[in-house]
Amino acid sequence: MRHLIKLAGATALVIGLSTSGFAAEKLKVAFVYVGPVGDFGYSYQHNEGRLAVEKALGDKVETTFLESVPEPDSDRAIEQLVRAGNKLIFTTSFGYMEPTLKVAAKYPNVFFEHATGYKRSANVATYSAKFHEGRYVQGVIAGKLTKANVIGYVASFPIPEVVSGINAFMLGAQSVNKDIKVKIVWANTWFDPGKEADAAKALLDQGADIITQHTDSPAPLQQAEARGKLAFGQASDMIRFAPKTTLTSIVDNWNDYYIARVKAVLDGKWKSEDTWGGFDANLVNMAPYTNMPADVAKMAADTEAAIKSGKLHPFTCPVMGQDGKEIECKGKGVLDDGQILSMNFYIKGIDDKLPQ
Amino acid sequence: MDFAAAIMITVITATTPLLIAALGELVVEKSGVLNLGIEGMMATGAACGFAAAILTGSTFVGVAAAIMAGMALSAVFAFLVLGLAANQVASGLALTIGGIGLSGLIGAGFVGTTRQPVPRFEFPDLSAVELLKDFPYISEIAGVLQFVFGQDPFVYVSLVLAGGIFWFLGRSRAGLLLKAIGENQVSAHSLGLKVVWTRFLAILFGGACAGLAGAYLSLVYTPFWSPGMTAGRGWIALALVVFASWRPVRLLFGAYFFGAATVLQLHAQAASLGIPAQLLSAFPYIATIIALVIMSVGRTSIGAPASLGTPFVPDR
Repeated sequence: MRHLIKLAGATALVIGLSTSGFAAEKLKVAFVYVGPVGDFGYSYQHNEGRLAVEKALGDKVETTFLESVPEPDSDRAIEQLVRAGNKLIFTTSFGYMEPTLKVAAKYPNVFFEHATGYKRSANVATYSAKFHEGRYVQGVIAGKLTKANVIGYVASFPIPEVVSGINAFMLGAQSVNKDIKVKIVWANTWFDPGKEADAAKALLDQGADIITQHTDSPAPLQQAEARGKLAFGQASDMIRFAPKTTLTSIVDNWNDYYIARVKAVLDGKWKSEDTWGGFDANLVNMAPYTNMPADVAKMAADTEAAIKSGKLHPFTCPVMGQDGKEIECKGKGVLDDGQILSMNFYIKGIDDKLPQ
Repeated sequence: MDFAAAIMITVITATTPLLIAALGELVVEKSGVLNLGIEGMMATGAACGFAAAILTGSTFVGVAAAIMAGMALSAVFAFLVLGLAANQVASGLALTIGGIGLSGLIGAGFVGTTRQPVPRFEFPDLSAVELLKDFPYISEIAGVLQFVFGQDPFVYVSLVLAGGIFWFLGRSRAGLLLKAIGENQVSAHSLGLKVVWTRFLAILFGGACAGLAGAYLSLVYTPFWSPGMTAGRGWIALALVVFASWRPVRLLFGAYFFGAATVLQLHAQAASLGIPAQLLSAFPYIATIIALVIMSVGRTSIGAPASLGTPFVPDR
């Protein structure tokens, strides 16, 4: 037994040495995911981006990932990746913001990229996608298709990204249907299929006939399908889970961005900056418009095209707050990026109180 | 009625996996062993159950595979804590971590696959029967019967399990011996009771229940598999056993209380009753702590088996 252990140890050592020998020539890139790669949603799409990097630059880079890393003590996980020799680290969830900055301050020679956050430093860049553009398109579809005039919204946490998504959805819906109502359930999790399913059931039981979600599992879609209702997929094209129910999915597309950022490091041109793109930057796509009449599909496609070309902005002023007062317009005829990225209010027409 | 029935069905679905896993753990803990590996066994059960059901097309084979997987993992745990008298807390945690990892390995090839959920039983609508049509209150009676006899098979299994364990622990000789071993392993051993053997069987039973609970998640609750889909339910099951102060009937009610609390808070939100969502989400756990405090006030013991968690080495 003891010999076996020694042998195993020696083998591990040799393997360790040999990989580090090769790795010296390759750029090591690491990814931290909040959910499992197999969520078929948010983390899955980030991992697709990682695979795209491998495919495009496989001879020059070596990638690794950590999945299901809890946000509160992610600094240990991130630091471990630094110690393992990674020179570029993508932390892909809002809650990694402070931990990423904390670790980055200790290792100025390592580059960090934090998704969906707003704090940067010399070696921490931020990037995010304008998911709310997709939500606006969803709202238009839902506004057209709902018969009950009640939409069920399965939300995760009351952070700006989610709140601006709810508002954009409602603005899109109100643009075609003045009477539409939304019921919002906070699941207080990004990924818990059972709880997400229960939330969807509660919303359906209370009269919603279309479900949309800002959580990561396909469970709400499945529940809608079981009841013969309609729903939207999240983060990746989820139609395989509910072929008769899925209207479209907002698809996060990180592939181009990740390849570009890794290339920047390889070329020595990386710098800390903020990237925030939507349909125009190909960071957000819509999955095919399905299970809806052709005229609604066309309307959705036109809305998508208008947003992409810049003709339409989801938050075009005047935007009314819940109290009916106009929200201050800091952009040119639209709410500016800062207002959207820090959104912490509901717009008029949402009869609910935003948890603080 | 329809709305109430819909809520109750959601509560039952949310409760059943917790109840099944907690009942298994109750028996394990009554024999004096603390198995913290429920989460891992559930995860592996969910993965194996789903994989087997997809490969064979048979729900029954899936369920059997999940139970076997739970038992296999619990046998590893039993080897550590009974065979080697290893620390139960550490072994249980290792089982959870290992089980979750193993589930990812087994399930990797099945990500993105779906199948139909296990159907609920269909009880005929009596109000549609010609002979009974004019019977008073027939539509109400028919509705209740359809509800009572119209759940999925796992629900009845969980209730039968609860009743069976109540009888086993309270009324059967074997159950009394198991409890005696859990209360005082040294005395039980000196009386000639088979401490290790009994505990081994109890641990296997606990593993089977955790595997079954896992199968419920991936075959009924949300019929797909994804890593991390247990989402802490194993730990809730563990808390439930404490919440119920190691009594089967209280466990039954406790599990339904938990299930109802989680589902009703979602309904409260959808109806925008204005109660903070975070508080509502935390409610079941706060209730557990309050229950523990109430139970421990004025009592020397809250009902935990006296030998719980103590390794046993015969003749030492």
